[in-house]
Amino acid sequence: MDMKIDRRKFLIGSSILGIGAICSFAFSEPEENVIFVIAKKFEFSPNEIHLKMGVPAILEFTSLDTLMGFNLPDFKVRTDIVPGMKSRLSFTPDKAGTFTFYCDIFCGSGHEDMNGLLIVS
Amino acid sequence: MKNSINRRDFLRLAGLGGVVFASSLSGCASMGAYKEKSEETNDFYFVQLSDTHWGFEGPPNPDAKGTLIKAVSAVNSLQQPPDFIMFTGDLTHTTDNPNERRKRLGEFKAIVSELKVKNVRFMPGEHDASLDHGEAYKEFFGETHYTFDHKGIHFIVLDNVSDPAAALGDQQLAWLADDLSKLTKDANVVVFTHRPLFDLYPQWDWATRDGSKAIEILMAHSNVTVFYGHIHQENHFMTGHIAHHSAKSLMFPLPPPGSQPKRMPVPWDMSQPYRGLGFREVDAGSKNYAFDIKEYPVIKS
Repeated sequence: MDMKIDRRKFLIGSSILGIGAICSFAFSEPEENVIFVIAKKFEFSPNEIHLKMGVPAILEFTSLDTLMGFNLPDFKVRTDIVPGMKSRLSFTPDKAGTFTFYCDIFCGSGHEDMNGLLIVS
Repeated sequence: MKNSINRRDFLRLAGLGGVVFASSLSGCASMGAYKEKSEETNDFYFVQLSDTHWGFEGPPNPDAKGTLIKAVSAVNSLQQPPDFIMFTGDLTHTTDNPNERRKRLGEFKAIVSELKVKNVRFMPGEHDASLDHGEAYKEFFGETHYTFDHKGIHFIVLDNVSDPAAALGDQQLAWLADDLSKLTKDANVVVFTHRPLFDLYPQWDWATRDGSKAIEILMAHSNVTVFYGHIHQENHFMTGHIAHHSAKSLMFPLPPPGSQPKRMPVPWDMSQPYRGLGFREVDAGSKNYAFDIKEYPVIKS
């Protein structure tokens, strides 16, 4: 009898652990190739982003102070970066090289120097 | 009229310094149309000054407080006065301080009040207007987009800077379309704008986000020319039959689009001070309906 109870408990426990493991896998698996970029007056951090050609990438932005924009003209992608919100850009670089990105919303006296490089290898 | 004709002949005979660029306004209109329009339009010229960036300080211009004053003097000394003078934006250098912005706008206005020609028109650049949606600019100079007519030419001033996202906006585009709808398709139209309406080099922010919509609206008209600033150098570009001409700055020149990794001012050259700076006159109403553009330095060499 004791052995039956133990076996039942063991099976229930195992099931809970199994489901938990699956949930854990489903909800906390880190997304691949997400680059986190912080914008603040008047810089992007990092201001040099490295990606691989043909590999999908996600850029996730936050602003620490004011409304900014991220513009990558060579890939025709852009997004607003709103303070207190996360903005995401998903794209797959289809060419290699070094490309300029910049803030495309005039944000203050240092706006014109707010840019960086995307390096695709 | 007689004076204007004499003036053009004088310029051609004298071969005065500077590059003359003939900007065709003709599109694909018939020769008959040219003749008819030439008879309608008086000969005149206007002066374009741009990107004076009053308030800037730094090594790219050791005479930052004197260059605009010299330019005003140079315009005042033109042999014949222009019909009007147009400033195509970035009158002041940007500042995060609203009080300082107003101080600079006021100082700029006081300096250019010394121009002998009193028909002077203005428009903002992003340095003047993008941080407060043109609020301070309007206190000194009025509306940021408007039209006026002069001797047979319809002039349209477009504002692609009061929106910090460098857009004209749907409202202004609708206003543009409505304004043009009142004109004949072959009317002579000149557009003034600060940023280029086309994608000159977006990597350096040399574009207007919805500029292609404005060009699409303008394309329906056969005689359109655009004069703009922003890029601190001459550039001449065609989108279909529409010519786009950028002007030099009166503070510091910038390098040709994409010619170097970063958009940095061209260093001041002590051996050639004021190199790359200047203003232009635009001669309207020539026989083949072209604009003659003549570039002037800040100081005579």
